[in-house]
Amino acid sequence: MSANHDGANLLEVRGLTKIFGTLTACDHIDLNIAKGEIHALLGENGAGKSTLVKMLFGSLEPNSGEIFWNGQAVRITSPGAAKKLGIGMVFQHFSLFEALTAAENIALSLDDGSPISSIAAKARALSYSYGLPLDPESLVGDLSVGERQRIEIIRCLLQTPQLIILDEPTSVLTPQEADKLFETLERLRSEGKSILYISHRLEEVKRICDRATVLRHGKVVGHCNPREQTASSLARMMVGSEVQAVVRAPVEGIETAQPLLEIRGLNRKPATPFSIPLKNISLNVRAGEVIGIAGVAGNGQGEFFESVSGEVLQQDTASVRIRGKDAGGLTITGRRLLGAAFVPEERLGHGAAPRMKLSENLLLSRHATDGKAFVGTGGMVRSGAVYAASQRIIEAMDVRKSAPDPEAAALSGGNLQKFIVGRELDRRPSVMVVNQPTWGVDAGAAAHIRQALIELSRSGSAVLVISQDLDELFEISDAIAVMHNGELSKPMPIAEATFEKVGLLMGGAEPGHAEHTLETA
Amino acid sequence: MMRLELVKRPQRSALFSMLSPFIAFALTIIAGAIMFALLGVNPLNAFKIYFIEPISQVWQLHELAIKAAPLILIAVGLSVCYKANIWNIGAEGQFIFGAIFGSIIPVLFPQFEGPLVLPLMLLLGMVGGAAYAAIPALLKTRFNTNEILTSLMLVYVAQLFLDWLVRGPWRDPQGHGFPQTIQFGDSAVLPELMPDAGRANWGFVFALVAAVLIWILMGRMLKGFEVRVLGSSPRAGRFAGFGLNRMVFFAFLLSGALAGLAGISEVSGAIGQLQPVISPGYGFTAIIVAFLGRLNPLGIVAAGLVLALTYLGGEAVQSALGISDKVARVFQGMLLFFVLGCDTLIHYRIRLIGLALTKQEAPAKLEAAPKLKEAR
Repeated sequence: MSANHDGANLLEVRGLTKIFGTLTACDHIDLNIAKGEIHALLGENGAGKSTLVKMLFGSLEPNSGEIFWNGQAVRITSPGAAKKLGIGMVFQHFSLFEALTAAENIALSLDDGSPISSIAAKARALSYSYGLPLDPESLVGDLSVGERQRIEIIRCLLQTPQLIILDEPTSVLTPQEADKLFETLERLRSEGKSILYISHRLEEVKRICDRATVLRHGKVVGHCNPREQTASSLARMMVGSEVQAVVRAPVEGIETAQPLLEIRGLNRKPATPFSIPLKNISLNVRAGEVIGIAGVAGNGQGEFFESVSGEVLQQDTASVRIRGKDAGGLTITGRRLLGAAFVPEERLGHGAAPRMKLSENLLLSRHATDGKAFVGTGGMVRSGAVYAASQRIIEAMDVRKSAPDPEAAALSGGNLQKFIVGRELDRRPSVMVVNQPTWGVDAGAAAHIRQALIELSRSGSAVLVISQDLDELFEISDAIAVMHNGELSKPMPIAEATFEKVGLLMGGAEPGHAEHTLETA
Repeated sequence: MMRLELVKRPQRSALFSMLSPFIAFALTIIAGAIMFALLGVNPLNAFKIYFIEPISQVWQLHELAIKAAPLILIAVGLSVCYKANIWNIGAEGQFIFGAIFGSIIPVLFPQFEGPLVLPLMLLLGMVGGAAYAAIPALLKTRFNTNEILTSLMLVYVAQLFLDWLVRGPWRDPQGHGFPQTIQFGDSAVLPELMPDAGRANWGFVFALVAAVLIWILMGRMLKGFEVRVLGSSPRAGRFAGFGLNRMVFFAFLLSGALAGLAGISEVSGAIGQLQPVISPGYGFTAIIVAFLGRLNPLGIVAAGLVLALTYLGGEAVQSALGISDKVARVFQGMLLFFVLGCDTLIHYRIRLIGLALTKQEAPAKLEAAPKLKEAR
């Protein structure tokens, strides 16, 4: 199965190098993928995985190095050339038109001019034969993220590729959906197809991959059989050092603690045809606890965050209460002045203005709450005080940067996230709402951020974390609620929560059903 | 088949960002030399007449200040709009309405005299410009109309309204039927700065003060920060708690008020009465001034003087060489073209997609770049 002898290699990469300016994103990468194997590509964010894959798929041209396909040297100059060779790719971020049907989306990428009806029939047959049932006539906008991923996979399979590249495929799936995907991948392997599987989830790599190539800082640091490794030994290869485990002390007397953030019957109509309405969401976050909200992406988390933060106001002013005061009618500034702090999912362009300096980005969220310290008479900005505060945050959060006060866009994702989280922590907010606290952040920085959130709660604040990363939620939450299709389940105390229970709710099981299992458990 | 593509540069060169206006100016000179040569005049001689002679005497510098004042006043206001990513193209109309509002006192109440007249006129001018600018702002915030179109179209409304006023209700009854209002009384005329040396009036001082104030606003004040955040990343601006609709009104009212001040200063200082045409296109030329000055108020002062010179030079070559004064428009257009071209090339580089790849799909672009053109 994991054939490793010469001649059976479908793809061989020798010394592939890509340089962007002063950064060597890929430095002499060697990689062999045998026929009929699932090969994992492991690495932290910024390790060079995406760059490598883009070169294999023809979106980027390497500066040097060779690619052999079935033993023949090839130049992959475009995605079209890659498809002709037999390389297919399923991207992490889907490129689908929401207003078109699944079949129409597939037809757009097949430029052979065949009629949509025949494409739909083929797609339907293929989808059932691989256990990924899909209705080609359905509008993409109506489909769940898991179903959209199926379209991407079917679209890729229709081109009968020999090598399928999957970029973080399970990041948008429930545990149960991921199981189904794994079955499909094993089926493809048994048909002799090869798969390059990009992930940072070590457990699933151990479970389905035959071999792994680990990248760090653009270099290959090792090839291994993931089944012979432990998750922590793989993590050590990826990170290059031990990752500090997050410590979460149990809280006592939380039942009697005061709720600092109360959400009561929050409803929101969809703002666009493809956004999710929020339905009667209720939740209390008490002083001293971390509540996690799990859910597959696109189930209303973004809409929920906007409603809680005050970027969108509520008609019913009592539907959001902060420290006992009705806040539904207050703007984000008003809510901040009540003691709340917010960290949105998107860093560049939402949490931070990309072309502005870090000190200016500090002012972005704190110009009102720290008005006395940062803004003087007549609306003049005290840039000295702002700069000093930003340096304090940079130090506290260990933000690595190349200049004293660089533009936000010049920082790596992890470092910018540390700054954005640190910017809010520095205020000691009594309510902290974070959407995807460690999305795309390397392991070391992620541990730092998670620990900081737990410590904030233990110092008497209410912390609400929205995340798609279940491992993360189980690590930091005192209770987990699940958002599905705009509805929120009751929070499950962490002692009673399991991956399976949360996964079922993420997939849309009745919230009541979960409560029932809780009572009987 | 060959194709030109713009590919985003990973880094902007700070040096060339600074040099860009100067490179653009040099390119304009070269293109202008070619134009003069084609017109059959010696380019060196023409440049001497165009750029040097109009500012070789003190009184001529005063003329330069008269032309530069409205350009600078309008352009510093526009720079705030453009920084906020709000596209007020209608400063010409706001200029005219400022002039009309400010003229209410000297035209309708000529017997009202004294030291209060002028401040009131200037205030009314600002109110008029701001009120006229409020129309596209209201349309944008209420109905999500495109402010480029509405503000531009309102220019023509303003021009025709002024034309009707001076031919109709506001016409000077003793003016022998000429389409103009009565001459403003003494207390309604903006005083000259140094009457012995030249005609330059207080309008130029207003322009310099406005430039400094806007410079402080944009660089040092929270409001300027708000403008820059909303202009560069509106979603981050909303996260900061800044309202986009409020910003639309702020930018339009501020730039409208400054354009209105320029309008009443021009009428009260340089012209002395209302006529069918009171501006040689200051409101539009100010757009060039704003960009040539890199949307920086202090840069705008320099750019305003340069563009003012193109007006004076146009008049000079017309009288000395018999070339149409439309040459001024050509120079202004070339300057804007080269400035925008230089700015684009600072952010993007041009890539030629050759023959080799045309059989296959063109390589996917990492960052979407607009296609320049397709050439065979």
